[in-house]
Amino acid sequence: MGNYYIKRVISAFITILIIASLTFFLLQLIPGGPFTRERQLPAAIEERLNERYNLDKPVIVQYGIYMKGLLTFDLGLSYRILGTSVNELIAKGFPTSAIIGGLATLLIIIVGVPIGIISALKQNSTVDYIVMFAATIGVTVPSFVIATVIIYFFAGQLGWIPTFGNSKPLWWIGPTIAVSGYSISFVSRLPRSSMLEVLRQDYVRTARANGISEYKVIFKHAFKNALIPVITYVGPMIAAIMTGSFVVERIFALPGMGGYFVESVTNRDYTVTIGMTVFYSVFYIIMVMFVDIAYSFIDPRIKMDS
Amino acid sequence: MKKKILEVKNLKTSFFTHLGEVQAVRGVSFELNEGDILGIVGESGSGKSVTSLSIMNLIEHPGKIKEGEVLFYGKNYNEEIYSKIDLENPSEEDLKNIKLYGPIDLSKLSNSEMTEYRGNELAMIFQDPMTSLNPVYSIKNQMMEVIRRHTDMNKEEALERAKELLSMVGIPDPKGQINDYPHQFSGGMRQRALIATAISCNPRLLIADEPTTALDVTIQAQILELLKDLQSKTEMSIILITHDLGVIAEVSTHVVVMYGGMMMEKGTVEDIFYNPQHPYTQGLYRSIPKSTAKTKERLIPIEGSPPDLMAPPPGCPFSPRCPNAMKICLEEAAPLFKISDTHTSACWLMAEDAPVVKGFKKTKGAK
Repeated sequence: MGNYYIKRVISAFITILIIASLTFFLLQLIPGGPFTRERQLPAAIEERLNERYNLDKPVIVQYGIYMKGLLTFDLGLSYRILGTSVNELIAKGFPTSAIIGGLATLLIIIVGVPIGIISALKQNSTVDYIVMFAATIGVTVPSFVIATVIIYFFAGQLGWIPTFGNSKPLWWIGPTIAVSGYSISFVSRLPRSSMLEVLRQDYVRTARANGISEYKVIFKHAFKNALIPVITYVGPMIAAIMTGSFVVERIFALPGMGGYFVESVTNRDYTVTIGMTVFYSVFYIIMVMFVDIAYSFIDPRIKMDS
Repeated sequence: MKKKILEVKNLKTSFFTHLGEVQAVRGVSFELNEGDILGIVGESGSGKSVTSLSIMNLIEHPGKIKEGEVLFYGKNYNEEIYSKIDLENPSEEDLKNIKLYGPIDLSKLSNSEMTEYRGNELAMIFQDPMTSLNPVYSIKNQMMEVIRRHTDMNKEEALERAKELLSMVGIPDPKGQINDYPHQFSGGMRQRALIATAISCNPRLLIADEPTTALDVTIQAQILELLKDLQSKTEMSIILITHDLGVIAEVSTHVVVMYGGMMMEKGTVEDIFYNPQHPYTQGLYRSIPKSTAKTKERLIPIEGSPPDLMAPPPGCPFSPRCPNAMKICLEEAAPLFKISDTHTSACWLMAEDAPVVKGFKKTKGAK
């Protein structure tokens, strides 16, 4: 068991190094550099800047310097936001993204999972059709449309919430709904299909034949088995939505991580792009590990030591 | 006289599918006494499993018990009181007594009422032990759940009972293995655990739906031996559903032969094996390989295939395949002709005015 976790951590570490290296070299392949602008800088200044940020050295040396920093958790300085390190940017943007993402995750689990179970139990009823219709719409409508609609009705017409900002909890409602829209719809379909499948299993019939009440058949015998696809999806989803959505953060003018990330790509802000990618990867890998651990708790057939 | 346990009267179960009504069981009647092992034999689609699920009232949507009664003489049944009741013309108190002390028609109970009987006075085990246990809960958890559902035992008592049951069904190390999960058990062990769970509350009736079909031959014999052994120890009755005549011969005391959702022949195991009086039963015997057969002797199959239960033939369901079919067989299903006190056959050849065919005895007085 312990051995398994050591192996997992080592492989996660190697994965992150590979991701960082790939991102580094891929960014080098893009023409231009951080200081290539429409208005040409004086040669002397550009030279000084390149020297300051080690951009005058061969790529392989730059790579060595960057990796050395990465190993000491130093993600380097941003090229564009002067005097600010990538670590600081993450520290500034992540809390906002994490609050919205965390709330969205809660909403997804509290609303999506029960909806899926209800529609499975009421399969082919009006409730089921309505829920599945809404879920299909939710999956297909992009978050910026949801965000715009929320702003138009709840902020514009009704005036219940402000159009932007995040200084009061009430203001988090809009972005939370916009971020969770897709995943609520997606998550609600997962327990529905897995529940329908599990309820047809022989062991459910055995439980019924042994006089177990319908409530327990559903919530003890079927539910635990139906949970696996939900956990498989929710784990990585948490990493994705807690690191911020560029679109939603833009629309609601939130200072989250998503904004920095997308801007860094257009600005050739190499260090920020790699830093954010590495941060997201670490988060993602941790969540996947949690999912694997959760599997072994739910299903004893899945063992952690092989 | 032995006490009656179950009386199935004219049971009809259908599945209402998009394409139409599938009449899986079309009027089955039989009785079961305490200690009997009734084998229900028939090929796939003959309605034997649906009959057993109907008794348990476990027919799922779109299936429905259309007609008939499943009278269960359970713990509440009091013969002394019930026999005194004038059933033709019951008084108000009689009606109350019928409810309290009379047999219960299981087919009329709601699902939640039924859960009081299932796993308690009535139990059932199924064909595939590999998938019949919940993979995510331990054997202990699943057994204790059933025991505590139907008794007042506390956790310690229920655990003791579960261990006792496991050793009863031949699990070598019940103390240790009770904590195992189903995937750690072999097929045979799983079926043993399922049997242990089924008999945990001392049922009066155990229904075993093809309990050995998914197991290999040596394990099959062990499980049948176990069922027989448990039956003799506990005096429960067993309904054994199978398509294997060998299994029936080995354990049953009584046999019902089913075909096309109807009963073809019914009798004690001796009646059915030594004196089969239905062309279908006789056809089944001819298609069994014999250990005494000379090499290259061909088996005689029953030509044709089972009837379409969506549109069953109006007469005897076996008539299209029957070598002895007469005109009446195609038009009208035969009633059950009584051959002896224990033996009946639904074949027109039994009628008094039927032509004499070798191998069949006509019953007296029947027309």
